Parts: sequence; structure tokens; C-alpha cells
Amino acid sequence: MNRLAMKALAAATLSLLALGANAQDLLIRNAKVHTAGAQGTLENADVLVTGGVVRQVGPGLSAPAGAQTVDAQGRPLTPTLFGGITEIGLEEVSGERSTVDASLGLGAETKQMTVRPEFDVTLAYNPASVLVPVARVEGIGWTLLGANTTSGGSIIGGQGAVVRLDGDPDPIGAKVLFVDLGSGAAGLSGNSRAAQWMILDQLIDEVRGRIGPDANAALLTPAGRRTLASYLDGGGRVVVGVHRAADIRQLLRWSKRHDVRIAIAGGAEAWKLAPELAAARVPVFVNPLGNLPANFDQVGATMENAARLHAAGVPVSFAQSGDGSHNARKIRQLAGNAVAAGLPWEQGLAGLTTVPAQALGVGDEAGRIAPGQRADLVLWSGDPLEVSAVALQVWMDGRAIPMRSRQTELRDRYLRTKVPAERGGLPRAYPSGDTAR
Amino acid sequence: MAPHFPGIHTMLRPHSAALATALAAALACTAAGASEAPSRFVADPYPSTYQAIAAGPVLLTNATVLTGTGERLDGADVLMEGGRIAAVGRGLQAPAGATRVDGTGKWVTPGLIDVHSHLGVYASPGMHAHSDGNEATAPVTAAVWAEHSVWPQDPGFAAALAGGVTSLQILPGSANLVGGRGVTLKNVPAATYQGMKFPGAPWGLKMACGENPKRVYGQKGGPSTRMGNVAGYRAAFIDAAEYLDKNTPKSTPRKRRWWQGEDAADSDADTGGKRDLKLDTLAGAINGDILVHIHCYRADEMATMLDLADEFGFKVAAFHHGVEAYKLADRLAEVGVCGALWADWWGFKMEAFDGIQENIALVDRPDGSCAIVHSDSDEGIQRLNQEAAKVMASAGRAGMQIAPERAIRWVTANPARSMGILDETGTLEAGKMADVVLWNGNPFSVYAQAEQVYVDGARLYDRNDRSRQPVSDFMLGQGATDAAGMSGGVR
Repeated sequence: MNRLAMKALAAATLSLLALGANAQDLLIRNAKVHTAGAQGTLENADVLVTGGVVRQVGPGLSAPAGAQTVDAQGRPLTPTLFGGITEIGLEEVSGERSTVDASLGLGAETKQMTVRPEFDVTLAYNPASVLVPVARVEGIGWTLLGANTTSGGSIIGGQGAVVRLDGDPDPIGAKVLFVDLGSGAAGLSGNSRAAQWMILDQLIDEVRGRIGPDANAALLTPAGRRTLASYLDGGGRVVVGVHRAADIRQLLRWSKRHDVRIAIAGGAEAWKLAPELAAARVPVFVNPLGNLPANFDQVGATMENAARLHAAGVPVSFAQSGDGSHNARKIRQLAGNAVAAGLPWEQGLAGLTTVPAQALGVGDEAGRIAPGQRADLVLWSGDPLEVSAVALQVWMDGRAIPMRSRQTELRDRYLRTKVPAERGGLPRAYPSGDTAR
Repeated sequence: MAPHFPGIHTMLRPHSAALATALAAALACTAAGASEAPSRFVADPYPSTYQAIAAGPVLLTNATVLTGTGERLDGADVLMEGGRIAAVGRGLQAPAGATRVDGTGKWVTPGLIDVHSHLGVYASPGMHAHSDGNEATAPVTAAVWAEHSVWPQDPGFAAALAGGVTSLQILPGSANLVGGRGVTLKNVPAATYQGMKFPGAPWGLKMACGENPKRVYGQKGGPSTRMGNVAGYRAAFIDAAEYLDKNTPKSTPRKRRWWQGEDAADSDADTGGKRDLKLDTLAGAINGDILVHIHCYRADEMATMLDLADEFGFKVAAFHHGVEAYKLADRLAEVGVCGALWADWWGFKMEAFDGIQENIALVDRPDGSCAIVHSDSDEGIQRLNQEAAKVMASAGRAGMQIAPERAIRWVTANPARSMGILDETGTLEAGKMADVVLWNGNPFSVYAQAEQVYVDGARLYDRNDRSRQPVSDFMLGQGATDAAGMSGGVR
């Protein structure tokens, strides 16, 4: 979109905000609508929103009185995208402990193992975090808050849940339990990954009452036993961070034994067990950029992981390694690279929409453009999986969100030409000190 | 800019390939060795053994060519001969025996260059035993050379080659105020780093501002503050200035007489006693023989470092990471200092909190600017083109339209300039090393892939030819190939 068109759109959006009335009534006309649902992709289609909910998707819809109309000029429209498994709102600055709330280490001098599955990171979620708008203006509408493992805790990180990045303080959907396995977590299990199964089996014995609450060996609190019980026997989703094929094989056996609904995060070597994962209907959140043997758990890493898993019938979504919170917007690039490495384009989009929504039990809240769904929408300048495309406008519950963040504020402050001091120009810190354009 | 070796195209054409190679090598020597004897501070007891792989002439035809000089040529050809770029233009004639590669619908760029890599010094797999990038034993370790840590079997080199990277600077980490010397490599598989060492490229000197040194040394005798950091740099350069003075001839003749040898100014009588490896490096930096690369995030600290450079008479080649470089973009351009930056990393520590996606575009904006996309990452180095594309997209949203022929300089000519190798590579100009990438489309796309990568005219990577895909020793026999013939690893 050229700048003029963007300005026109911005002006239309602003006038909508100014009107105030029926702000959640909206007709987006003439879009290439990627519904990510049963309707697939519709060219030159309209999306009608009333009361913040999508009512109709199709050609030639008419706007009810008072509804804002936006001409998409044929550009792509998608649901807001999944931001991955992140600590958005759980951290501000990764390197500053006082700003990070995503893991629990109660153990003495952080050396002792403490097992607290009842730990719930969503209680720390700060919807006013600067990370929220930074991700949102890039079309990221929701994310899974993750509970990380750390020394002084255990291989059980605790619980997280999906949050929508609309300022709502509360999560949607059911809680999710996080577990880490393999070499990265071996320091939490006496330096052997074998002990990870020993610990998990012991925890299940505690939940089942085979180890009494007062036994010396008991690791769980009463709340921990209740929490863990809710993830057994076909209960809540357990997201397991694991890479090595051998560990994934053990995980599949364990989860079948205890009827645990798992998903895999990472899964660098998951492609080696693609048929088994497909048969067990295990969703995998992969990092399509991970193609190096980062450690001996990931020797089989390949950029074709996503494509191979999908070809075998595994539901594939995405998750970043490294700082996926500040860089949540990078998840589109992950999907695009997966497509470049053989994943069908529609599945690249599904990995950012329907697959994680269904895997996390929020399919009725997020991930599709369909009648009855929340109107969480993104209008793009081009192919939403392309690095050359940007989000032009994001709507949540049918409301156009201001396309501003702390980063756009910084950008605009320094984009302007400064009036020199000798001409009376004030420093940029003053609102009117840098008004020359 | 003008081609570095005018006339080489016509000079080379009548000769045999072997002679052409020899000529090119001789020219490379001249360029690299310069006309004066090197200062003792930059004598090299660990010299390059890099040898270009002989290859016949190659003509890439009818492609969209981004030259790296700011030009875009549609429907153009690139001729490589004798390891050098022989010609770039439309309707070139292929010499006898040349391999013709149809570039219709494809794009050709110079080989990409990463000014900030830790491949080999923080190699994959990321074992403790591979942690060779930070000599975190003292805040000033100018004596160490990153090249002595480089493990040439790091599988990351081949992955970067598949991403179109043909040259890269390997730097020490940022734990120290002065981390040591960086080395520039040609991205070719070799059993030794000397076999990769870019012939004649100057060393870099890695320095670091801000949080990292004070965090690492805060409980280890300091520095523990930013003011301590600056005192540390100053103390080191005061020592270096004294050393330089002692090692500079006291009675340098105003004019060299014909009977005086070229190295007269560097004779034993003029040396200041026992050599000091640390001060050799710092003195080389003051002399301008070693190019200064400074890890520095905040705008205020970059300004302090520019003053430090003036105080001790050295030049800063580039600020690396500079997430706040956009706050002093004009000054960087004025003083001719490059900004080697990420497209969008931010927030992982306090000094990275003000990162914006338009940083590179704003640094690129003034006349005389030198914006660089760098990686500092074994993942990012594989897709420098995508990082540049993200900057272009963000810039466009903010009203700054940046054309591909300009943006390609961020990953080719500009890093080459900051590394002192622009005379040899970084653009597609006759006479330069034939470091060339053939892309399957516009490289500023997430779907773009490097189809062929040439280093000194040799096809060292080909996406469609398994026999031209290098595999590190480390990847052999790792069970990365399953029964169905599907392999993991860096493919």
C-alpha cells in the first residue's frame, strides 16, 4: 500500500474512533479474506461485524446504518495471529530479574528441587506491559503465556494460559501445564534425563494416592496434587518442551499410559516420529528457523521439520527459541520460512491461527474469521507471511486499535527534523521541540 | 565508486585461465599488502593459506542484478572469469568454455557479508567446550585473537553459505572492555582457519560499552559501572600511546632517501623493548591498521566513544548493535562511522529497551551514511536478506521508501567498507573477487533462497546439486539421515 492509501485508511479509522457510536459495527469491503476456517480464502469478499462479532463473510454485503466501512482494496485480511508461547506481560526487560515473573524457583539457594504445578503465571500478567502494543500493532492478537522451568524449581514449570492482547487482564480458555525434558532440563533432574521419567512417575503415584501426602518422598502440596490430577486422564493440555527423538518416543509412551493430552514445543527432531505423533494427534510447536545442531538433542534439526510433520498429518504451529516475547512479531517470519521449506502456504497461516487455537482449546475465541467469532482482524499490506508486508490496521472485538506503541512513539520523535538550538529549537524531549518536518 | 582494477576485464580476456588466476592473485597481493611494509603491530605469524578454487568462466544471464554500488540492472549478465568479476552488463559474450547459467526471473547480488559473527568461536553444538568467544579473565584482553578460537568445523559456516554469506568477521564476545582482535574469513570449508582467512584483510578490534563488561567484572575487581568502563578504556589507550611512542623512530627522516630501505623506520634500533601483545593490538588500532568495532547500544555511550577515539587518535569503523543509533544518525554519518545493527531486536536488556524497527533505515537516511545489517547470530546470518527486508517494510510504513538496490548495500558494500575489504569484494564490479549469489527471486522476500553461491568464481553452494553442498565433519555419522533418505542437519 502506498503511503497515501495508508494515510487514508488511518484517517478513516480515526474518524471512526472520533464518532464513537457503534464502534464495534464495521464493514470491511473488498478484501482477500483468509478465513483460516471452513470458507478458506475468499477474493473480493466483505466481512460484516456488529457488536464486535463477525456476522457474515462473503461478497456484496451491505453496511447497517452507522457502521464504519473500510475499503480493503483487495488486500489480505486475516484473523489476528497467535504470538507463540511467550512471556508477554510477564516480563519487561529479560535481563532485569525484577521485571520477570515467568518462572518459580523456591528451592533453597535455588539448588533444591521444588515441584509446584499449581504455580500459575497468569496471576502475574500485566496487560499494560509495553510488550503488548508492540506485538499487537504487528497483527499479533493472542499468545500462550508460558511457565518456564528454572533451578530451584523442577521439570514442571507450572501453568499458563492464552491471553488476548486487547488489554483484558484475564486469560481465556483452560490452563495449560508446562514441562521441560531432555538435556536442557537435566540439571533439574539430578543430571540425567532418565530421572525425568522417574520424577514424573512418582508425581503420578502421589496424585493416585500410592504415595501418601505425609510420606517422606512426597513432592507435591495438596494444591499441586489437585492441579496435576486435572491434567491426567484426558484432562488439560500439557505442553512439553523436548527436542530429541528418543525423548519424544518415551513421551508418547508415557502420555498414552496416563492418558495425558500433550503438545510438543520445540521438537527439533519431531519429524523423525511424525507418523506416531500424527496417530496420537499431538500438535507440535516448531521453530522452522532451527536447522543447526544447537546441542546433542538437536542433531537432526532441519528447516523441513514443519513440512515433514504436516505431510504426515501432524498439526503444526510455531514457537520461537530465544526471546520470543519482545520478538513475538517475528513468528510470521517463522511461518514464511516454513513455507519456503515446503509447508503449504495455507498450513503456514493455520499454524498462526486455527492449529494453536484448537490445540489450546480457544477455537471459539480466536483463530478464524467466521460468523459468531470475535472480530479480531488484521488488514495487511501484502502476503501476511511475507517479511515485506506489514499490518495496516488491527481490530479487536471489531474496534480499530490505535496502531501505536512505545516503539512508534520513539520512531516518530526521531523521524522529525530537529530545529537547531540556535533557531530556538527545543530538545526532542519537548512535545513541540521538534515540530519541523 | 569506480572499479578498483580498471581494465582488468580486457587484460584478462586473452590469457589462459591459469594465467588469469595468477594475475588476479598478484593483483590481490598488491592490493592487500599495500605499498609500505606492514607495521610490526600487524605482522602476521599466522598467515592466510586460503586458495581460491580454480573454476572456469561462468556467465549468469538475463537476471535482475543488484550491483551493491546502488545500481539495479534488469535483464543483465554477470561474467566471472579467473576468480574475478570480469564484466557486468547487458548482452555480454561468454568466453569459450564458459558455463552459462540462465538467470531469467532470478536476481544476482554480491556475496553477503556479515561484520558480526561468532561462528567458530561459539560453535554448534553449543557445548561448554565450544565456549571460546570471551576471554573473560580481565577487562582488557587486547592480546587475544579470535582466530585462535575458531573451530572451522562449526556447521554454522555451511548454513551461512546456503544463506549467501561469502565473507564474515569473527569477533570476540562482549564481556570485556577490549575483547581482542577479530578476523575476517572467506566462507569456505577448510580444515584450518588459516585456510579461510581473507587474504590481506585487516584485523578488527572488538571493544564493548555498557552493561556486559560491568556485569561480568562488577564482582571481579571492576569495572562495575559505566564510568569505570570509560576509565578502563582510557587507561588501556594511555599505555598504548606510550608504547606507540617508544616504538616510533625518534629521528624519522623527513624524506626517505633512495639508499634507505623501506623498513628503515621499523628497524630493531627503533623498537621500544619487549613486545607486548596487548599493546601491539591497541597501537595497531591507533595507527589505523586495525579497524575498531565497538559493541555499543546507547546513543549517549556511542557519543562518549567517539570522544574517546578523538582523545587517543583512533577511528571507529563501526558501532555494533547500536539499538539507539537512530538517535544520533546524523553524527554517525558526519564522522563516517558505520552502524552495524539488527533489524528489530530489542528489550532483552535495559540498554536495548529503546530499539525500533526503523533503526537501520534512519541510520541509512543521511548523506554519507553507512548502515549495516549484522547478525551476531548463527540463525540471523542465514537470512540477512530477510532482516533487510523487514527494515524496508517498516521504513515504508513510516514513509521512507527504500529501493532494493540501496538496501542490498546494508549486507554487501557497507559491511565490506567497515571491514576494510571493499576494494576486493562487496560489489559486482570488474576486477573484484567473484563473490556472487544467484537468488531464485527478489532476495527481499521470505520465500527467496540462494540457489547458487560463488566464492572467487567457484560454485561452492548449489541448492539443486547435492555435490555442491558442504557438510561439516561434525555432521557425519550422526544418524541425521533416516531410512527414507531424509536428513537433518543444515539443509
